[in-house]
Amino acid sequence: MDRRDWVYGWLLVLPAMVFLGLFTHLPAIATIWNSFFSTPRGRRPKLFVGLENYQRLLDDPVFWKVMVNNLWFALGTIPLSIALALIMALSVQRAFAGRALVRMAYFTPTVLPLIAVANIWLFFYTPGFGLIDQITGLFGLGQSNLLGSPDTALFAVMAVTVWKEAGFFMIFYLAALQTIPPHLGEAAKIEGAPTGTVFWRITFPLLMPTTLFVSINAVINSFRMVDHIFVLTGGGPDNASSLLLFYIYETSFRFWDTAYGATLTVVMLALLGVLAIGQFLIFDKKVHYK
Amino acid sequence: MNKPGLPIVLQGITKSWAGAVALDDVHLTIPAGQFSAILGPSGCGKSTLLRMIAGLETPSAGKVFIDGRDVTALPADQRGLSFVFQSYALFPHLSVAENIVFGLRTRRVPRAERNQRLAEVAQLLGLGPYLDRKPAQLSGGQQQRVALGRAIIAKRAICLMDEPLSNLDAKLRQTMRAELRALQQQLGFTMVYVTHDQVEAITMADQVVLMNAGRVEQVAAPDALYLKPDTVFAARFIGTPAMNILPAAALGPLGQGLEQAAGRPLSVGLRPEALVHVPQSPVVLSCTHAEYLGADALAHGHIGGHRAVMRVPGADRPEPGTQLLVSFAPQDLHLFDFATEHRTEVAGLSGIFLRLGLPTAKPTGAVASPFKPKDD
Ligand SMILES: Nc1ncnc2c1ncn2[C@@H]1O[C@H](COP(=O)(O)OP(=O)(O)OP(=O)(O)O)[C@@H](O)[C@H]1O
Ligand SMILES: [Mg+2]
Repeated sequence: MDRRDWVYGWLLVLPAMVFLGLFTHLPAIATIWNSFFSTPRGRRPKLFVGLENYQRLLDDPVFWKVMVNNLWFALGTIPLSIALALIMALSVQRAFAGRALVRMAYFTPTVLPLIAVANIWLFFYTPGFGLIDQITGLFGLGQSNLLGSPDTALFAVMAVTVWKEAGFFMIFYLAALQTIPPHLGEAAKIEGAPTGTVFWRITFPLLMPTTLFVSINAVINSFRMVDHIFVLTGGGPDNASSLLLFYIYETSFRFWDTAYGATLTVVMLALLGVLAIGQFLIFDKKVHYK
Repeated sequence: MNKPGLPIVLQGITKSWAGAVALDDVHLTIPAGQFSAILGPSGCGKSTLLRMIAGLETPSAGKVFIDGRDVTALPADQRGLSFVFQSYALFPHLSVAENIVFGLRTRRVPRAERNQRLAEVAQLLGLGPYLDRKPAQLSGGQQQRVALGRAIIAKRAICLMDEPLSNLDAKLRQTMRAELRALQQQLGFTMVYVTHDQVEAITMADQVVLMNAGRVEQVAAPDALYLKPDTVFAARFIGTPAMNILPAAALGPLGQGLEQAAGRPLSVGLRPEALVHVPQSPVVLSCTHAEYLGADALAHGHIGGHRAVMRVPGADRPEPGTQLLVSFAPQDLHLFDFATEHRTEVAGLSGIFLRLGLPTAKPTGAVASPFKPKDD
């Protein structure tokens, strides 16, 4: 390749590189840099403090609380929403009357704007006259405050997330199912495989690349979750439903402790990086790429 | 080693989709342990018929019997047959070995027996070196063998194949034809083999089922199909180039004599290789052009104003405009009812020929194989 080609190639990638560098890589490096300094306040400039912020983090009970919350949140929402997505995709794959309607119904939660979603669920959850209490009231059960009590707040938020994510992931599974030739299932059937076996030995393995893609997205989403918490619980009560990103937001922009916020962000970046690489390594062994 | 094949009987099978009738009242018997080829033009319902036997499609009306048992309501996994798809339908995420033993595994055959049978099949099909590969790493011919292996390892009594060779090149197709036939005879299963290629059907099958537009046109042994086609469709479908079909009147006095004897209008059928150039004859082929094929050639033209083709030696093909006097033997003349297009016989055919001064023995001439491989 001669020199002119090189220059030409670099020129072509330049715009993308500039934007990526300016808005992704530079801020990331700046964040890491800031995590080694103190927060500037008033006339006091920022000072280099070494690992002090990280020490503080290890001793911060709220940090550990939101990490544990986030872990439960991920464990509770990811497998459930992926399983639901797959079941919904399989159920609307075959032709039947009203299929388009059912598909749309499954997908609706994903396209609804967040405020609408939150309003719907606030209506479900409202103590006393919310839908849930009205139904439980029919059976003579007392009032509940699912969003307001520390034991249930996180689960209430998780339910909304599963409801919203499953429809989105279903679209990916639907697309993947279209690419599996129907002859494969027929061949398996002829070879004596009942429907369950066809699913586990043929369909499911062939959906693995989609499952990988969807689960990486789900993990990332579970650590990026912040908007539902804003609208539904505000992280409360007593941080019971606060997650990592929400804590970062509160630290940085409500208490303006930007250095500690940067430290928390570095932890989150590291966590997401490790998770994504780990998933690729694990799945790579089991995924059949065509 | 193998269970002998089982017979299949179809009774009044009809299949219609919204608007389209794919199969129309099909009655068919497929004898046990024989090679039956289902032949017909594209879209005539061959695949639908095969899928019906397999249980992948349910008939709109009619019944399917296997070994005398009504299996119409039985799902595909319980009919005890194997199927080779045109696209092979190999499982892309499984190795060749896993593909082949898939059925044995689902039926929980012990591992030792599985491996032993896999070794046998791999040996038979020459797949030994490829057992650990994925299907995507095989050539078309090798993939085809894997599909075959998956079909025969279970030693099922019936094997259904839907155009299994159509993705292969002409040469490989020819070898595989012989191998498939040998395999079927060696293992003794009942083979139902769908093809749109008459050469495949005629060279491989014990019995050819000729289909047309969702109906069974004729069921016969390959030579009977060629020698005594039941209908004009069968006559024109089998043999390359196709049989000449002319209204009897095109043959002049001979045609009149035939129609008089039959008492109704007739079509006559004459294969291009049945026509022979003779010094004296009332039948004339006015040649428009000749098509050179090597050993022989095809003289295209008209007889009595109707298009006709004659096979001539490649060395002396006629010039355009030549008036060729042609004759043929009575036994090479096929007669069909003009209206119903069904085969009909006329008593005293030789007498009519004699009365008109035509030879009644087969005139000598170059007759090459009528079956030219179709390459597509
Ligand atoms: N699922 C279907 N829905 C509607 N019509 C169908 C369906 N499958 C097949 N047909 C129609 O039924 C007829 C027979 O189809 P079939 O596939 O059996 O033809 P074929 O003889 O196997 O043709 P080919 O040689 O091209 O494979 C065709 O007219 C086809 O359009
Ligand atoms: Mg077909």
